[in-house]
Amino acid sequence: MIIKNLTVRFGAFTAVDDVTLEIPPGSIVGLVGESGSGKSTLARAVSGLVPYTGAVEGGDPRRIQMVFQDPSTSLDPRMTVGASVAEGLRLPRTARGPEVERLLSLVSLPAELAGRYPRELSGGQRQRVAIARALGARPELLIADEITSALDVSVQGSVLNLVRSLRAEFGLSMLFISHNLAVVRYVSDVVAVMHEGRLVETGPTEEVVGAPKEGYTRSLLEAVPRLGRG
Amino acid sequence: MRHLLRSPAGIAGTLLVTLMVILAIVGPPIWGAEAERIDSTAILQGVSAAHPLGTDNLGRDILARVLVAGRLSLALALLATLIGAGAGVVLGALPSVLPRRAARLVTGTVNALVAFPGLLLAMFTAVIAGLGARGAVLGIGAAVAPGFARLTQTLAASVAGADYVSAARMLGVSRWRVMSRHVLPNIAEPLILNLTQALGGALLGLAGMSFLGLGVQPPSFDWGRLLFDGFSRIYATPAVALGPAAAVALAGIGFNLLGDVLARAAARGSAPEAKATGRAVPDTGGIGEPDPDAVLEVRDLTVTFPGGVTPVRGLSLTVAPGEIVGLVGESGSGKSLTASAIGGLVPYPGEVSAGRLRLCGADLGELPETERRRLLGTSLAMVFQDPMASLNPALRVGGQLAEVAIVHQGASRTEAGNRAVDRLEHVRVPEPGRRARQHPHELSGGMRQRAVIAMGLMGEPRLIIADEPTTALDVTVQREILRLLRQVTDETGAATLFISHDIAVVGELCHRVVVMYAGRVVEELPVEELVSGAAHPYTRALVASLPDMETDRSLPLASIPGRQPSPAEVGGGCAFAARCELATARCAELPPLISYGTAHRVACWEA
Ligand SMILES: Nc1ncnc2c1ncn2[C@@H]1O[C@H](COP(=O)(O)OP(=O)(O)OP(=O)(O)O)[C@@H](O)[C@H]1O
Ligand code: SF4
Ligand SMILES: [Mg+2]
Repeated sequence: MIIKNLTVRFGAFTAVDDVTLEIPPGSIVGLVGESGSGKSTLARAVSGLVPYTGAVEGGDPRRIQMVFQDPSTSLDPRMTVGASVAEGLRLPRTARGPEVERLLSLVSLPAELAGRYPRELSGGQRQRVAIARALGARPELLIADEITSALDVSVQGSVLNLVRSLRAEFGLSMLFISHNLAVVRYVSDVVAVMHEGRLVETGPTEEVVGAPKEGYTRSLLEAVPRLGRG
Repeated sequence: MRHLLRSPAGIAGTLLVTLMVILAIVGPPIWGAEAERIDSTAILQGVSAAHPLGTDNLGRDILARVLVAGRLSLALALLATLIGAGAGVVLGALPSVLPRRAARLVTGTVNALVAFPGLLLAMFTAVIAGLGARGAVLGIGAAVAPGFARLTQTLAASVAGADYVSAARMLGVSRWRVMSRHVLPNIAEPLILNLTQALGGALLGLAGMSFLGLGVQPPSFDWGRLLFDGFSRIYATPAVALGPAAAVALAGIGFNLLGDVLARAAARGSAPEAKATGRAVPDTGGIGEPDPDAVLEVRDLTVTFPGGVTPVRGLSLTVAPGEIVGLVGESGSGKSLTASAIGGLVPYPGEVSAGRLRLCGADLGELPETERRRLLGTSLAMVFQDPMASLNPALRVGGQLAEVAIVHQGASRTEAGNRAVDRLEHVRVPEPGRRARQHPHELSGGMRQRAVIAMGLMGEPRLIIADEPTTALDVTVQREILRLLRQVTDETGAATLFISHDIAVVGELCHRVVVMYAGRVVEELPVEELVSGAAHPYTRALVASLPDMETDRSLPLASIPGRQPSPAEVGGGCAFAARCELATARCAELPPLISYGTAHRVACWEA
């Protein structure tokens, strides 16, 4: 899938400025950048949630799914986990139950969670429900917007491992957005760095992280939070 | 339901409405015959023992007629409200499902109708629809509808922006289905509350219509009609008109009061009065003397849900003034419930018990209800992950902050308003005066979180509990909010309990770290020792599994195998045993939390 010259304007403000980015099939492209750099807006535009100029080519736009940053707002509080996960399934009613169960087990959640409401789950559990819901639509491109920022380190590892194994299993392409450079570095084949609406540097992960060309990329690398730094 | 009966207005409203409902049910069967009995010997009488409100021009007893007319009056008002609300909800919801141009047309129409005087609208419709009850009901329905449409629109707009609606749209769920499955259920509550108030209005409106002769026609009669009949005699025998007038007034006031109280209760639903069940059980055996200097002292805190679910198990925690304590732990380890238990916010049917729960030197379990609420309202500030959970989308930011001071400190509206602006400035919200007049959705995420912190600072908090306040925010905003929390702690001398799953953030912000696992504290240590001095295998594993810039990308990420037992599964021994490399037979027994060097405690047999 290729994002071509994509621009998003809100009034006079240009949130995403002429971004061109290729997401090769079966690969994970990591997008890093600071708050307000336009990462989420780019994600929402590609998902069709925000009007844009430019083009997204080389795939069925209806098979783009997104997992949101904040699991406490991305699930309808009045719907059970099972109903939320089943929402995107195009299956006869009888086949839905087993499929929901399968999707939940994919994200390592026990099947009995299907009958619970989001408020009865912890934050990390909710995020995995949101991932299961997106996977149910069998996406060609999965956009993950800060999906691990609400997870524990011990779970984060398994979710990131999960992300990589899902790619292998479904041939899934993925746009993986995170502020955490260490996380992006770990999962991505390609890293794109965004600053003030523009892509300032794009390249294979090892190159961008190992030998950054742009000053901005270097400053991001330095800001990686390190335990006990304070 | 209980909060309804706590204020005089709530009691009066509930009482009046109950009376009216009873009257509507039993009125006609009991007094129906008397209300219709024509007595040519008692025409147009004044007040007497036999006829306390006199008689009408056919000699019928007016008191009986008033009592009987209740059913029709209420039924018509209910019908008019339902028609108006139904039409209003449809009108208000349409813009969300129609194509853009049509949506704009509907919105414009609603805006025009809202600006149009209700009574004129009602009379206009009634005249077109024809004299009589049907015309009046439709007329009042038409007058009620625009308000509902506007309310529905506002509420729907706030829900339509929610991520779960975006997710549904991406999954290809149709607009109609999004409306019926996601939007309407989530806005139903305020709409239903509004119904009660609208009912009071409709009752008055219908009485007015009948009084003007536009409503119910003889031989039927409602209160407005009785008023109309009695009005010509008001100077000779005032009782004949005052009876129905009083009935209308009482019913109208009743519904308005009830609606008002319900709406307020819903708006404050999450304020520290939500304490549902459970009360600290004082049991001072074996937990030592209270620490007089601590801002917060918790001993043996346990939170239980029915079915053997115990998410917090005998947790103890002390926070000193000016200290920032980080509470870290896995998702589901009970961090948030611990915070809720301290704030008295554990939702029904949760049960809280504690050996000791002291805030600012006062034992929360022993304080009378009102004082406990006051202490929590003024000394404790809570900041949550989702700022929108603490802010009402329908109200202006400044007004919501002011509300805190009005409720808890008895401040006047202007004082409270000024303080709100002052507090917003204190948390470095730019242009605080303008921001105070905006609605929450007009603020950025970081700004909203600042507003919530400012709300906590409306009192003089001694303890700030911040539950994942930056998780939903971006890195740079996160850094700003963390800095703000530290500044606020320094400036006010308050203590902060900072809850986070992110051990790196905790490591940067806090003085002391408390690590929770499966509802218990497993380690408590000064932040300097986190990296190399942690003693508990879980803490050590957490620190080790932080991904960094050197992690090998070809290997699966190091993560602790297995998962944390759910609150129902936790057994008697060390809850970490199933995931622990060092576990031995002894770990089937619960390791106590014991001292391990200075200011460091750990619960592990092998530490
Ligand atoms: N109302 C409830 N009814 C039943 N169980 C509940 C309820 N609220 C919470 N729990 C359970 O209690 C446990 C602790 O929940 P809590 O929200 O305190 O976790 P947490 O440590 O804050 O997690 P997170 O980091 O994900 O926010 C979880 O297993 C959760 O499923
Ligand atoms: S008590 Fe035993 S199982 Fe628990 S952490 Fe220590 S060694 Fe591991
Ligand atoms: Mg929590």
